[in-house]
Amino acid sequence: MIGQSPLRTVIAHAVLILGILIVVFPIYYTFVASTHTLQTILRPPLPLLPGDQLWNNYSEALFGGIGRIGGISVGRLLLNTTIMALGVAVGKIFISILSAYAIVFFRFPLRMTFFWLIFITLMLPVEVRILPTYKVMVDLGMIDTYAGLIIPLIASATATLLFRQFFMTIPGELVEAARVDGAGPWRFFFDILVPLSRTNIAALFVILFIYGWTQYLWPLLVTNSNDMNTIVIALRKMVSFADADTQWHLVMVTAMLAIVPPILVVVLMQRWFVRGLVESEK
Amino acid sequence: MAPQLAITLVFFYWPAGQALYQSMLRQDPFGLKSRFVWFANFRKVLADPAYLNSIKVTVVFSLATAIVAMVVALLLAVMAEKAVRGKGLYRTLLIWPYAVAPAIAGMLWLFLFNPSIGSLAYLLRSLGIAWDPLLNGTHAMVLLVSAAAWKQISYNFLFFVAGLQAVPKTLIEAAAMDGAGETKRFWTIVFPLLAPTTFFLLVVNTVYALFDTFGIVHAVTGGGPGKTTETLVYKVYNDGFVNLILGDSAAQSVILMAIVIALTAIQFRYVERKVHYG
Repeated sequence: MIGQSPLRTVIAHAVLILGILIVVFPIYYTFVASTHTLQTILRPPLPLLPGDQLWNNYSEALFGGIGRIGGISVGRLLLNTTIMALGVAVGKIFISILSAYAIVFFRFPLRMTFFWLIFITLMLPVEVRILPTYKVMVDLGMIDTYAGLIIPLIASATATLLFRQFFMTIPGELVEAARVDGAGPWRFFFDILVPLSRTNIAALFVILFIYGWTQYLWPLLVTNSNDMNTIVIALRKMVSFADADTQWHLVMVTAMLAIVPPILVVVLMQRWFVRGLVESEK
Repeated sequence: MAPQLAITLVFFYWPAGQALYQSMLRQDPFGLKSRFVWFANFRKVLADPAYLNSIKVTVVFSLATAIVAMVVALLLAVMAEKAVRGKGLYRTLLIWPYAVAPAIAGMLWLFLFNPSIGSLAYLLRSLGIAWDPLLNGTHAMVLLVSAAAWKQISYNFLFFVAGLQAVPKTLIEAAAMDGAGETKRFWTIVFPLLAPTTFFLLVVNTVYALFDTFGIVHAVTGGGPGKTTETLVYKVYNDGFVNLILGDSAAQSVILMAIVIALTAIQFRYVERKVHYG
């Protein structure tokens, strides 16, 4: 290893700390704002340290405050968002692992046609086909349903491609051995493939959970009634910068509630997350 | 296989086909009658100054976001490689923004820089800068780019760190023995070896800035002031769902799909070269 002057190490740490200040500051500041009274927030500059309203603001927001502004309780919002994030993550992993299994291990007519049909959808996000997809949702009566929130987001090839790549690294000998020992296709799938893909599944789960949680355009379109809003949409509806009576202290509490769960997921599952992110895109 | 195929067909090919079909229809806003006009909608959209403006806005926004996010992330990644101690802690803190929804990121930045109650806007004003993102288009764009780039730093950082770790240490040591200084080593060895990562991130960041930032635009500026921050995706949404000009909106969707397919093709060519199946 090359020696490094202490000065350079100090500079490196300084730059990193500066970077972290920039990166973490907006989130920290939201937390600070969520612990002050509305009056303090409305008179900038806001102090840099948390205030003494933590308990008051959070209990007000959790027990009815947000319901008064947005029409529905924050519990319902979090429930909707959680259902959507989990639905997207689980659903996508489920269908992708099945189709990757079929594509890699079975020979059937039109196999490659199917693969390309799925593959073309890669990276073509909902955003570019909003209007027609919306029309399909209306025709199928899926507006304001969880299915409507979740299923269209599942139709994408990224996860399938990842599983396909992983399955292709599984040696043929393993497949042979399983067959010699008398394992049928389902047995092989559940007893060998799924356990082997555990790390991949965990990694994908984190990424897709975040993806589902942070969706904006789609929930905005598919949910008309407030009861089905996700927390991100509800937050947007609560904020009005032109309007003087936005309840900023409650908005900030809601923002914290919308930010903290996915951050916890990312930080606690960091190892899988980093691996999944970097490996899946290679 | 079957479930994914069914979902893909219903929620992807059906809408895509409809988009194509609808992009060639002209419909009155009440949906009473429509007629087939071939490519007239495309011609109309492409000749529309508002659309051309929106293309310009999108290019500026995407490039600025991608470049800012990547430069900052690369700097931080290089520094993180040097700082041996505390690397894990730094990484843990730097990945936070990835988990924040784009719309919320936009709102947080707007909260900080809002002219009436934002603390940082207050700071800017006390420094003598007439800061108002709600009225000044350039300021609005700066705000959007900051929020969008901020969110993307974590992602780029992780990839650059992975890329840096793949640079062979022996090369760097050899260069050091030959007397190359740290700066020289970075630009002549590390940076060229990072080129694949950089290129990959450029594509990903552009796609991100094109599409995933709808939430930021919608939550922060709503395309305004004027039309200074109306990106392509925002315009599709606005024309289709707010102004109800369905044919135009569908034509724009089709153009967007073409752009994405082109970007994907570029990326896939590159990806295929790098992937080795065992």
